[in-house]
Amino acid sequence: MAITGVMRPGHVMLNVLDIDESVKHYCEHMGLIETDRDDQGRVYLKCWDEHDWFSVVLQKNDSPGMDHMAFKVDNQASLLRFEENLKKFGCNVERIAAGELNHCGERVRFDSPTGHTFELYTEKEVYGNGLPTTNPAPWPEGLQGMQAVRFDHCLLYGDDLDGTVKLFVEALEFDVAEQVVDGELQIAAFLSCSHKAHDIAFIRNEEKNKIHHASFLLNTWENVLRAADIISMKDIPLDIGPTRHGLTRGQTIYFFDPSGNRNEVFCEDSYRYPDSPVLTWTPDHLGQAIFYHSRELNDRFLNVVT
Amino acid sequence: MNKFNIFINDSDETFECFEQEHLLKGMLRLGRKDIPVGCRNGGCGVCKVKIVSGQYQAGIMSRNHVSVEEQNEDIALACRVFPRSDITLNVLGKMKNEFVRTHVASQNTKS
Ligand code: FES
Ligand SMILES: [Fe+2]
Repeated sequence: MAITGVMRPGHVMLNVLDIDESVKHYCEHMGLIETDRDDQGRVYLKCWDEHDWFSVVLQKNDSPGMDHMAFKVDNQASLLRFEENLKKFGCNVERIAAGELNHCGERVRFDSPTGHTFELYTEKEVYGNGLPTTNPAPWPEGLQGMQAVRFDHCLLYGDDLDGTVKLFVEALEFDVAEQVVDGELQIAAFLSCSHKAHDIAFIRNEEKNKIHHASFLLNTWENVLRAADIISMKDIPLDIGPTRHGLTRGQTIYFFDPSGNRNEVFCEDSYRYPDSPVLTWTPDHLGQAIFYHSRELNDRFLNVVT
Repeated sequence: MNKFNIFINDSDETFECFEQEHLLKGMLRLGRKDIPVGCRNGGCGVCKVKIVSGQYQAGIMSRNHVSVEEQNEDIALACRVFPRSDITLNVLGKMKNEFVRTHVASQNTKS
């Protein structure tokens, strides 16, 4: 198994204005499963095909947005290495005790030049994916709504794009898989720590610490169309789609949660290996990069963030 | 079902809105674009308006975009405002166009 160091996005903690409405959205409409609540009122959710106890935490707040995003690291030695790297890089680094989030081990929290808070951890209790590990069926029965398969990535907005990209590449050993470049200036960076087209992405924007979307994987294009049906059926505010991105090739649809945080469900984006070339988009093809069919830059999609 | 007239000072135009729908929903149902439309769930702030006159009920809104003081001055996010009478409003929210503008501009200088 060659995925070492940072393995994957482990969870995202989202700030929401109303817990009950949000749980209904993420569970009944998107198909996540509630796995716990804690004494602070935070709700723990997972997608069906994830084994760890949670991948989304909803936290009540008076403004929406992202509290933090956490990555799961393969072992303690890697965690210590990354912690050293982060300190050398100049991040404020602190340890959060095991159990501060239910079912999660000790976390290493750090800040970033774009103002976002991230965490690393190695341990999370196993909840299972509803299937046996011997002779498993292809899917469990009783899934709801869009039947999201896994929490996949976030796209974040912030000012010091160069700084945060440098941090992920140098301190955490991510690769830039795909980018938008205007002359010398990088506008967007899609970073991978795995075989995926991206595990996290950033867009340059004057305001710090903004989230554009939290994204969840579906298995097929037909499931993306079915998600579009559910969006209309349940009166969920649609942003755009179903469509295809040039960047990452993802087949996708975007909509908003009950606090205005944007969600994506998508399928079949591209993949990469450590020796894959970096893919680059230029401003004259920005329309295609973002919406491959319509090629039209869209004010709401580009500028609405939480 | 009560229906009210929503008058936009900025564009000098009126649209109709039912009492159980928020102002943006009424506006979009009629195919209008007078107020910027974002998340439609009180989170992104682009639909910010000042209610100059009229009665309304407001739902929960992001504090990042509407402070307590503003709320007391009838500033609200249109997607969380349900009319209880005819309403006159000013549009405050603007789409932050920086990303698009910068890049369209850089394209133009290159060509
Ligand atoms: S459209 Fe986002 S706050 Fe109203
Ligand atoms: Fe995405």
